[in-house]
Amino acid sequence: MPNTTIFSAKKIITMNPSRPEASHVAVRDGRILGAGSLEELATWGDYTLDTRFEDKVLMPGFVEGHAHAMEGSLWAKVYCGWFDRADPNGKLWMGVKSVDAVVERLQEAEAVLEDATTPLSGWQLDPIYMDNTTVTRADLDRVSTTRAVGVLHASGHIMNVNTKALELAGMLKQGLNHPGIPLGADGFPTGELKGPEVMTPVGPFVGYERNMLDADETGLRNFAKLCVRTGTTTITDLASRMDDDAVDVMLRVTNEPNYPVRLMPFRFFMGLSAKELIVAVLAFKKRSTDRLRLGQIKIVVDGSIQGFSARLRWPGYHNGAPNGLWYIAPEHLSELLHLALEAGLQVHTHTNGDQATQLVLEKLGPALQAHPNPDHRFTLQHCQLADAAQFRTAAKLGMCVNLFANHHFYWGDEHYALTVGPDRATRMNACRTALDSGVPMAIHSDAPVTPLGPLFTAWAAVNRITASGRVQGEEERIQVHEALWAITMGAAYTLHLDGEIGSIETGKKADFAVLEADPTACDPMLLKDIGVWGTVQGGRIFPAASL
Amino acid sequence: MRQDIPVIVIGGYLGAGKTTLLNHLLRHADGRKIAILVNEFGDLPIDADLIEAKDDEMIAISGGCICCSFGSDMTAALIKLAQLDPAPDYVVIEASGVAMPGAVAASISFLDGFNLGGVVVLADSERIRAQAADEYLGDTMLRQISDADLIVQTKIDLISSDVVQDVRDWLGSANPKAQVVATAQGRLPPEVILGVEMVAGQPQASAHADAGYESRVFSEIPPCDPIKLAKSLATGAVGIIRAKGFVADQAGQNWLIQIVGERFDVTLAKAKEHIAVVCIGRKGALETGAIGVMFAGDAG
Repeated sequence: MPNTTIFSAKKIITMNPSRPEASHVAVRDGRILGAGSLEELATWGDYTLDTRFEDKVLMPGFVEGHAHAMEGSLWAKVYCGWFDRADPNGKLWMGVKSVDAVVERLQEAEAVLEDATTPLSGWQLDPIYMDNTTVTRADLDRVSTTRAVGVLHASGHIMNVNTKALELAGMLKQGLNHPGIPLGADGFPTGELKGPEVMTPVGPFVGYERNMLDADETGLRNFAKLCVRTGTTTITDLASRMDDDAVDVMLRVTNEPNYPVRLMPFRFFMGLSAKELIVAVLAFKKRSTDRLRLGQIKIVVDGSIQGFSARLRWPGYHNGAPNGLWYIAPEHLSELLHLALEAGLQVHTHTNGDQATQLVLEKLGPALQAHPNPDHRFTLQHCQLADAAQFRTAAKLGMCVNLFANHHFYWGDEHYALTVGPDRATRMNACRTALDSGVPMAIHSDAPVTPLGPLFTAWAAVNRITASGRVQGEEERIQVHEALWAITMGAAYTLHLDGEIGSIETGKKADFAVLEADPTACDPMLLKDIGVWGTVQGGRIFPAASL
Repeated sequence: MRQDIPVIVIGGYLGAGKTTLLNHLLRHADGRKIAILVNEFGDLPIDADLIEAKDDEMIAISGGCICCSFGSDMTAALIKLAQLDPAPDYVVIEASGVAMPGAVAASISFLDGFNLGGVVVLADSERIRAQAADEYLGDTMLRQISDADLIVQTKIDLISSDVVQDVRDWLGSANPKAQVVATAQGRLPPEVILGVEMVAGQPQASAHADAGYESRVFSEIPPCDPIKLAKSLATGAVGIIRAKGFVADQAGQNWLIQIVGERFDVTLAKAKEHIAVVCIGRKGALETGAIGVMFAGDAG
């Protein structure tokens, strides 16, 4: 007789519309036998009653459809962000509010380093909130003059380094002529490096290696800890470069008996031709396990809105900046969509600007006519500026969207004032319109760009509050139950996993978010503050307190 | 100390003729060790009969040339190339079809051991004007063209000579700073793309006469202001596509002058050099008389 455990809970929110609430859930072999009353579940035969969740609220384990495992690796570095943020071990790092405070925090980390040359690296600096103050190498020289110091900005596209780092990289010289290397009055670089091509030569000297997109073993374990602390049981790594070594590492780590999360990496499209990419991803797909789902492709079509590199339709950027950059040629995009449909591989496309979204919509139509697949679920990721017509077309084409709800809080004020102006800022990440258009929708954090936390993301979509406290786009707010759907079933659907996860019902994985309070009963403004006790993943119990 | 390796950035949209041009270049490398950097091998950019050996990251090409794929990290690939022994004589970067070649070129400027040898942008004679009007691509195409020092108008064998001239005029107005050269099948002399060849530290007039181009050596050059001279040669509308050579200033110091289109670069020479400058232009368009006047110091 197989072992059955029945968990009792204060309340179980199943996200199964035919039985929305339950008091008990029965688990056998890591899967859900049923959800209902104890009496009903007892009909399955012998069981062990586990009452540890008696005062907790259970939900399906949250599904984060757009994050990067790199978040786990970044925590090996010094957190220099503006907002308070919890690390994988649960320690809350207070946001640093001035350049002096950044320097102080780095000095503290520097003081415990033993030899004089180990590099020191920080991350998530965001001078936008410090009146765009420029950090200089002189500031970071106060941290050390003997070791290289580098701090990556929240955008991931700018880095500040100290004099030693410039010296080691051979860049401490006059006469450099590059828009990404601002020079001081003395003609030497100020230490601010803008753009990946400028950061690369210095990166290795300040602890930022080439393969930043791929998390190392510790990074993958830290990433999983953050998942447990936020109630997340399935998460994407969107995207990974996935060379063979990286896949081996992911297989090894996710197979560890106590690895608490299901990881779904998407292969970044760059570096291989379209045909080679399909062959490589088909080969990865064969190596999939329950906890490592391989075989998807991520295409980046344009850049970012706050970096003015997203592709916008008329009238373009509010401040008059020239239109952004394409990261893939339209023909290449079209070829990949055709080949992926033909091979049965799923594609998620990063499109921030509405012109990039339009290009994907226009290219997917003919590809679908050539290779019909009524259930492809290709997903527009970010899709921040889409208008109603685009959502309607996406729905007709069988696409999903995964909107960047968190973005609104972190950069909404900037978008209103600077990048796209009031009208379009108000409709950014238009969750209401997406749902009303019938397009399947998820919402996301894009961690590490913003912190992982599905309940925070739900809060952001429900309230649309910006960092300055304004409600931006009242009409695009969604209901709490819709937001909770988006972070469970909605995201599972975009990953073709809605038959396995996303709700608490018979046959699905026993994946639960264990919450301290009922998100459907609290003030919607407090959604983000609901405590997370931990998770159950595949029937295995992971209390956050004992990670 | 080794001389900086010239890096030439080749831009232009898919189908503009970059692959054809690169293969022609490799077939006429004539002893030059050229390293070609491409995003990905993909639909292999190198003709099969030129390939000697291939692994995941590098293709060895007959005549000592190589082709490397850099995926998404061009800077790292260049740093690796600089460590090769022997180092390549030239690096040619094939920018992706939607990349801004000017941005690629800018990232050369801070890399030790390299020196920008020009931005060459290819334009398909048949399609460039439609591409420039395309809703999605238009601004990208125009920015690529305006990044160029040298515009190569390709596939002229596919259209009438009237249209060739129309497109040429249009390209010239889209980027008045650049020289425009026209070609079919990528048949351009290597020194037009790569720059004047140096042998034993000295710029060489082309040994291979090419029907459409001429290369002239100017050696009667009195001491001058090198920057002023370079600027007048580059911007004086005297038909110079490329120029390279050494001049002396009033104090007797020697300077290396390099010109492509209106881009000029003047650097202090490491030693005393033979004073001479080689200029390349289209046959009939190189105004040798006016150039001679500039070298003689009467340019104002």
